[in-house]
Amino acid sequence: MKQKLYDIAHCRAGDKGNTLTLSLIAFVEKDYELLCREATAEKVKEHLKEIVHGDVARYELPNIAALQFVCQQALSGGVTTSLVMDTHSTALEIRLQLPAI
Amino acid sequence: VSLATAKEQLLYEVTNPHEYITPDVVADFTTVTLNQTTTNSVGVQGGGGSQRPATLKVSVGYKAGYVGEGEITYAGQHALARAHLAGETIRTRLQNQFKEIRIDYIGSTSVHPFTLTAASHPYEIRLRIAAKVSTAEEAALIGEEVEALYTNGPAGGGGVRKYITEVVGIVSTLMDRSQINSTVIMKTT
Repeated sequence: MKQKLYDIAHCRAGDKGNTLTLSLIAFVEKDYELLCREATAEKVKEHLKEIVHGDVARYELPNIAALQFVCQQALSGGVTTSLVMDTHSTALEIRLQLPAI
Repeated sequence: VSLATAKEQLLYEVTNPHEYITPDVVADFTTVTLNQTTTNSVGVQGGGGSQRPATLKVSVGYKAGYVGEGEITYAGQHALARAHLAGETIRTRLQNQFKEIRIDYIGSTSVHPFTLTAASHPYEIRLRIAAKVSTAEEAALIGEEVEALYTNGPAGGGGVRKYITEVVGIVSTLMDRSQINSTVIMKTT
């Protein structure tokens, strides 16, 4: 059965210069394996291709049932000098949680 | 404080959880384990690190120019189309003068560069809160309350702006013409 990512995981966006970090954390630990299998770096890169222009790396943190995605060239040049309104891209965490898996 | 918020904080702005560089240690967060001890209390075990870095990070501020902004609202019949026409008119007028212009259609595509109409109607909502107050200090409180929503409000809020505007009210009255003496002074340079 297909389900939305936001039903099984929560996310927080962070910023470092022009790099975007997105944590993806399973609400219940047993869903961590499902996240590892479905939420690949390739899929995240494809899903965010209109925002993230560089590489996407994925780190696995099984102890806390979480994945960390590190997206390069993602913040319109950087937090302090960008013209976008949401310069820190905090509104992006909702976007990562949208896909069905 | 819950397991969920502690995990989010542990990973916030971390670009490599194996080697998170701090002034004191290159920390390894991947070996950290967490457990909810009591209500509003999370226990942290494990974690590791290697030698502190030989260099320290310096964030240097530099003068990067100015940002000019203007906003206008359209509603009702063909609101987005009218806004689009307005935006493109301005782009045409200014594009030869400025190398970087950004046009946002707030309520539609200002946050994410695509319209996912199936996902949410409308796709964006911008919340504006304004209050009439007596002092600049009180006025600042409005923006502070909104800014606090970043970490103390619903998930995924972004792009907070705070404004304090002094208000000059205008009332009209009449005065006797005889009280006004007009003179003209001409200066040549």
